Amino acid sequence: MEVFQSLADGFAVAFTLQNLGLALIGCFLGTIIGALPGLGPSNGVAILIPLAFTLGLGPTPAMILLTSVYYGAMYGGRISSILLNIPGDEPALMTTLDGYPMAKNGRAGEALTLSGIASFVGAFFATWGLVFLAPLLVKVALLFGPAEYFALFTLAFATLGGIASRNQAKAVFAAALGLGIAMIGVDGQTGVPRFTFGEVHLYDGIDFLVAIVGLFALSEVFVFLEQAATRNRGEKHQDNHPKIGRILPEWSVILSCTPSMLRSTVLGFLAGVLPGAGASLGSFISYSVEKRLVDKEGTFGTGDPRGVAAPEAGNNAAAGGALVPMLALGVPGSGTTAVLLAVLLSLNITPGPLLFQNNPDVVWGLIAALFIANFVLLALNIPMVGMFVRILMVPTRFLMPVVAMVSFVGIYGISGSSFDLLVMVVFGVLGWVLRKFDVPLVPIILGILLGAAMEKNLRRAITISNGDWTTLVHSGLSITLWAIAIIGFVLPILVGPALRRRMSVRRSEEDVTFD
Amino acid sequence: MSDRIFGVVGMLLAALFIWRATVIQESFMSDAVGPKTFPIIIGTILGLASLYIFVRPDAEPVWPRLGGLIEIFMAIVVLVAYAIALPELGFAITTAIATAYLSWRLGSPVWQSVLAGLLTSGGLYLVFRVILGLSLARGPLGF
Repeated sequence: MEVFQSLADGFAVAFTLQNLGLALIGCFLGTIIGALPGLGPSNGVAILIPLAFTLGLGPTPAMILLTSVYYGAMYGGRISSILLNIPGDEPALMTTLDGYPMAKNGRAGEALTLSGIASFVGAFFATWGLVFLAPLLVKVALLFGPAEYFALFTLAFATLGGIASRNQAKAVFAAALGLGIAMIGVDGQTGVPRFTFGEVHLYDGIDFLVAIVGLFALSEVFVFLEQAATRNRGEKHQDNHPKIGRILPEWSVILSCTPSMLRSTVLGFLAGVLPGAGASLGSFISYSVEKRLVDKEGTFGTGDPRGVAAPEAGNNAAAGGALVPMLALGVPGSGTTAVLLAVLLSLNITPGPLLFQNNPDVVWGLIAALFIANFVLLALNIPMVGMFVRILMVPTRFLMPVVAMVSFVGIYGISGSSFDLLVMVVFGVLGWVLRKFDVPLVPIILGILLGAAMEKNLRRAITISNGDWTTLVHSGLSITLWAIAIIGFVLPILVGPALRRRMSVRRSEEDVTFD
Repeated sequence: MSDRIFGVVGMLLAALFIWRATVIQESFMSDAVGPKTFPIIIGTILGLASLYIFVRPDAEPVWPRLGGLIEIFMAIVVLVAYAIALPELGFAITTAIATAYLSWRLGSPVWQSVLAGLLTSGGLYLVFRVILGLSLARGPLGF
């Protein structure tokens, strides 16, 4: 089959010493980033983009490094969920429900290993799903004209808040803000400057890397500073993390969890592919379905191994699924894939159907790297889990300054100008303020990323039709996209409150990062 | 109340944005849509969302007390100073100072903060300059 040939080519690209090394480093860093509370996949990848960029890595090695970090962070999120009852990132929230009780029962090591295996199963099969589904989606995407693309972008924004979105008005506000920021700079089609206020630095527009690192990484530092100021000074952090116990669970336990893992993988993958669902919903659905199906004795929530396996398989499968629309359509469905889109754009690669035709080495090299990353992560996470646990114990008061400084190093490395650093600080403060107001940050990022392409497609569509705006709803395809966009926008308003109530049953107060 | 203020600020921002969009100089050659239309649409959506937030505000967010706000403000001042001083004083010195400050404010004792500053600065310099060969800002002392 054609697909296998492509995949084999991909492995040929990925199997170089440099790429394997990058995958290893990426997995290692990613696991740490995922495990640390306050740093999730999106801000973890965000900090590393400028670095990958300034190191002068080519497109394929850069993507291999950063997607390894992405997968690694998805694996790592479970470590602090299980040991500390604090999710390392939002998708790992559901893992606390049974993972922490297991740890309290002295089975922390088993829970970590089991969730590592579940993560592997989820991510591994989801990567296969990506291999087969993405080329199919590409065939559909080749039918898209400018009007359809414009509708698709609108769809991405309308559904980005996700089904559990709190306040759609604020999601709209964020999207418009991002798109507005994207308008700054010289207009690509007529060459006139817009919103530059005569400032030369603004003629190139706002670099989205600067905005992403500011919004995601630097704002986290402000959140921690605020918490430190609110907390009573001198109050000691208690280090009462439970004993690890035995590492390898018995085979019977693994076997009993296998059906749960497989079912959760399918559900998680679908949740990842669908716009606006993402990894958090993937793990939530997986856990709920498994609870319905197999929890006959009511042991879920008290340290049932299946309750650890299900959400981990689900969230890692969703992470793989989310790559499908990002690679095939160029429209990311979650915060982290939005950040990965930023990587591609900054490497001058536009994802979408043409990517599969013009840069098959990048796509298939990346997919091959995902397979490699999976095995590396399995190897890293089971025997070496104790080391990650120790890193987790580094207090945030030493860690957050390092995060801030690495952000500065990366951004300064790109442009070497103080102006960009100042813009980044502005975005950091903006991110902190907007979080206070419960305004989601991901639509802002997506707006900054997609603004130019969205406007270009709109203007192209209207120009082709000689100024007739109804061209936007002329084809059946675009009408379908508009319909999905409207449903995706309205649905959270109708079912969101009930869904949120169920998801927040045991949500900790910690302000976890967005998937 | 916070959301109402937020809504008003958002509407003002939208108005400013639309006004700045209408004064964009048109080029003599332009496509059917032109450079103004899309920004005006965006501005309108921004304004409508802000209006909705103003009319139907969410529950009040938890704002930090005065101490917390001063903390944030001081951190901003330090980071802005860092951004400006970086090209002048070089990476090593400025990073050590900024890290030590942040670590101190996040609750470390002074001696630990100073140590954290020195170690972070030295560690990052080692990783990024010596091993990875990135160009970091050079100070008067050559690092």
